[in-house]
Amino acid sequence: MTVATSPPPIGGARLVGVLSIDRSIIDAIVAHARRDHPDEACGVVAGPVGSDTPTRHIPMDNAARSMTFYEFDSMEQLRVWREMDDRDEEPVVIYHSHTATEAYPSRTDVAFAGEPGAHYLLVSTREPDTEEIRSFRIVDGVVTEEPVRIIVDAAVDPHAVQSYMFGQSPATVDYECSGR
Amino acid sequence: MAIEVRIPTILRSYTGGAKVVEGTGDTLTDLLADLDSRHAGLKARLVTDAGALHRFVNVYVNDEDVRFLGALDAKLNDGDSVTILPAVAGGAPTR
Repeated sequence: MTVATSPPPIGGARLVGVLSIDRSIIDAIVAHARRDHPDEACGVVAGPVGSDTPTRHIPMDNAARSMTFYEFDSMEQLRVWREMDDRDEEPVVIYHSHTATEAYPSRTDVAFAGEPGAHYLLVSTREPDTEEIRSFRIVDGVVTEEPVRIIVDAAVDPHAVQSYMFGQSPATVDYECSGR
Repeated sequence: MAIEVRIPTILRSYTGGAKVVEGTGDTLTDLLADLDSRHAGLKARLVTDAGALHRFVNVYVNDEDVRFLGALDAKLNDGDSVTILPAVAGGAPTR
């Protein structure tokens, strides 16, 4: 995997914490974003309560079907949130794409951010060949960028070549081969 | 019998951490006033100064979005279950 870097985060975001996520889930999120491009795509990755580990990818409908806005369908959200509750899961990651701008939370994203425990993952699909993927905590209107640590399952796809662009320098992006 | 209200993580600071609280009221407006008497500040997070349901939250009565039930005028009955969720929405910067 090649990792290109983008300029340092704007908006005075600080780096704390990290999002650790399986490569297969990132691939599924990117595929979803590409599929819905130029409309914004959105979804959730659920994980066991308190684990901070995203395990179950749930692509959601963008009820706004817009190139500049996304909105979960309220009834689909109720169903998915209840299902997570029943499974002792929580929304570990809430993601959406920006299709013509950078992967940084907009004012609207910050105003709506209502899950203080979630990692807000943004994917930019504005470049046709590479995706910018960045993760943020958004609590009480304060945006804090964090590194994305991709866990690569070497047994599944050892030679895949794919290029993502991260908001941090490569030194803060860790790759861990689980070798499962 | 009362109405069960499920509180999302972001609003549990108003309920002492409780995930589920109980209240009474014939309409959603009445219920929120009742809840606010014990959980001060909760109502202001759900209702705008102009007196409308805030766009940042979704409120459901049983399995229905209250926006389809008359919003704050939605009728409630004993034994109903009210669920509050943060609306998940956002978008690209407009330039």
